[in-house]
Amino acid sequence: MAEPLLALRNVETYYGPVLAIQGISLEVREASIVALLGSNGAGKSTVLKSISGFVEPQKGTIRFAGQDLPGHEPDAIVGLGLSHVPEEREVFPFLSVRENLLMGAFTRRDRDAVRADLERMYGLFPILRERLDQPALSLSGGEQQVLAIARALMASPKLLLLDEPSLGLSPRLVGEIFTVIRRINGESGTTILLVEQNAGKALEVAEYAYVIEVGRIVMEGSARDLADKPDIREFYLGLKEQGVRSVRRWKRKKLWR
Amino acid sequence: MQGLNDFGQMLLSGASIGCVYAIVALGFVLIYKASEVINFAQGDLMMLGAFLGYTFIGVLGMPFLVGVGLAMLCMGLVGAALDRVVLRPMVGQPVFAIVIITIGIGFVIRSVVIVTPGWGTETYTIAAPYAGGVSALGGVTVGNEHLAIIIAAIVLIAALYAFFRYTTLGLAMQATSQSQLAAYHVGIPVKTILSMIWAISAATAALVGVLLAPVTFVHVNMGFIGLKAFPAAVLGGFGSIPGAIVGGLIIGIVEALAGFYLPQGFKDVAAYVLLLVVLALRPQGLFGQTAAKKV
Ligand SMILES: Nc1ncnc2c1ncn2[C@@H]1O[C@H](COP(=O)(O)OP(=O)(O)O)[C@@H](O)[C@H]1O
Ligand SMILES: [Mg+2]
Repeated sequence: MAEPLLALRNVETYYGPVLAIQGISLEVREASIVALLGSNGAGKSTVLKSISGFVEPQKGTIRFAGQDLPGHEPDAIVGLGLSHVPEEREVFPFLSVRENLLMGAFTRRDRDAVRADLERMYGLFPILRERLDQPALSLSGGEQQVLAIARALMASPKLLLLDEPSLGLSPRLVGEIFTVIRRINGESGTTILLVEQNAGKALEVAEYAYVIEVGRIVMEGSARDLADKPDIREFYLGLKEQGVRSVRRWKRKKLWR
Repeated sequence: MQGLNDFGQMLLSGASIGCVYAIVALGFVLIYKASEVINFAQGDLMMLGAFLGYTFIGVLGMPFLVGVGLAMLCMGLVGAALDRVVLRPMVGQPVFAIVIITIGIGFVIRSVVIVTPGWGTETYTIAAPYAGGVSALGGVTVGNEHLAIIIAAIVLIAALYAFFRYTTLGLAMQATSQSQLAAYHVGIPVKTILSMIWAISAATAALVGVLLAPVTFVHVNMGFIGLKAFPAAVLGGFGSIPGAIVGGLIIGIVEALAGFYLPQGFKDVAAYVLLLVVLALRPQGLFGQTAAKKV
C-alpha cells in the first residue's frame, strides 16, 4: 500500500508545562476524509496546530507528502500544500471578500489557474459572489466560516485541515457546510482531516475516524463501525438506548458506592 | 494684498514641513499597524538618511536624484537589517520592552553619526539643483525647496497607495497588519513582510530627510522632528495612514501660522496644544477606527 498523505507517530505537545496531547498516531490516506472527534478541551485543535506548525511537538514524527513537518514555519507548510482553517476562522477583517480569497492564493504563481479557482469558489459558495467587495468584517459568522474555507482552498492544497467548521452555525448552514465538504473532496479529490464535536455529521461524510479524549486517542475505526458503537452513540451522538442506559446507570451507581 | 501673500506663503511652507511630519508619521504607523511597536527611532532614521544623502551628493558629487535614490536604498537595507537583527529576536517580549529598544536604536544612530569622520556634530547642507529659486503659485511666491517636498510627498503617497491597494505584496502587508495569525495561515512569510515594512518606513524617512536638508540643514539632532511627527500620528488616530498624513499637514500648517502671527515661543508648543484640544474633543483622533483590532 502507498504511503499515506499524512502520518503522525507518537506526537506529544505541551503548552508551557501543560501536556495537551500525548502518543497521538494517526494516518490520512490520499483523497479521503478522516474525522477527529472529541469533546471540548480534548486536544483536537492542538493536533491540528501541531501538524500546521503553530505549535511545536516535543516528541514524535509528522510526515506529510514525503516530508518531515516539524521545524518548518507555518507559512512554509502552506507552501507544501497543507492548509489549515482554524477554529477562530481568522479572516482579514478590513480586506474585501475578493482580497481575502486572493490572499489565500499567496503561495501560488499560476495566475490563470488562480483566476479560474476564484470562479470555482463563487460556484461552490454563491454567497461570496454577492459580497465580493464588502469587507470581511461585515459578514455573518457563517459567511466568515465559508470565506475561511474558500480562502484555504484558494491555496489549492493537497490536504485541508478543518477545525470545527460547523461551530456556532445555524442547522441549515451546518448542512450546507457538510455538503460542501463532500463536494470539495469528491470533485477535486482534496484530502480532508476534519475536527468536529458534531460527530453525527462528521461520521456521515468521513471514511475513517479517530476519537480523542484528554489528549489521547481512545478509539479508531471506519466511520460506519464507529457510528454503530454504543459508546459513540451515547456520548457523541446523543442516542441512548433506553434499556441499556438504565442498566448502566444502575451498574455505575453500584460501582461508585 | 501683502497680508494675503504672507498668509499663502506661511500656508505652503507650513504644508511642506507638514509633509515631512506626515511621511515620518506614516513610517510610525506602518510599523505600528504591522507589529504594534512604536518605533521611536523613526526621526533618527530620517537623520541618517539625510547624512547619507549629503555624503553621496555633497561629498561624492553624485547627481541629486541618484544620491536621493541611493540614500533611500541604503536606508531601506538599514531598516530591514534593524528588524532582522534587533527586533525579530525580541518577538514575544512585552511590547513596551521593544519600544524601549527602539529608543536605544535612536541613541545608537546618533552616536554612530557623531563618531563618523566627516559627519560629527557639524551642520551641512545639500546643494539641490532647484534650491534658492522661487515659484509663483496663484499669486503666492514659494521657495522651490518647499515645493519640492510637497511634490515628492504627493508622488510618494500616491505610489504607496497604489502599492498597498493593487499589488499582491502590498495586500499581503495589509493582511499581515490586520492579523498575523491569519497571514501565517495563508502562507504569507510574516517575518519577511515585517522586515519589508521596516525597509519602506526607513526609505521614505530618508527621502524626506534629504529633501528637508535645503530647508533646515543636515545635523545630528534633526531627528528630533520625530517629536512633531509622533503627535501628527496621534492626531490622525494612531494606526490610520490617511490620519497620519492629514495630522502631519495640520501640525505643519498650524505651527507655521503660530510662528508668524503669535508671539515668540508659541511655534514649538502649537503641535501639542492642538493635539490636546483634538484629543479632548475626539479621543480616538481624527481618523481613528473605533472597531477593535483583532490580534
Ligand atoms: N494556548 C494554550 N495555552 C495553554 N493551554 C492550552 C492552550 N490551548 C489549549 N490549551 C489546553 O490544551 C488542551 C487541549 O486544547 P484544545 O486542543 O484546544 O482542545 P479542543 O480543540 O479539543 O477543544 C486543553 O486542556 C486546553 O486548556
Ligand atoms: Mg478546538
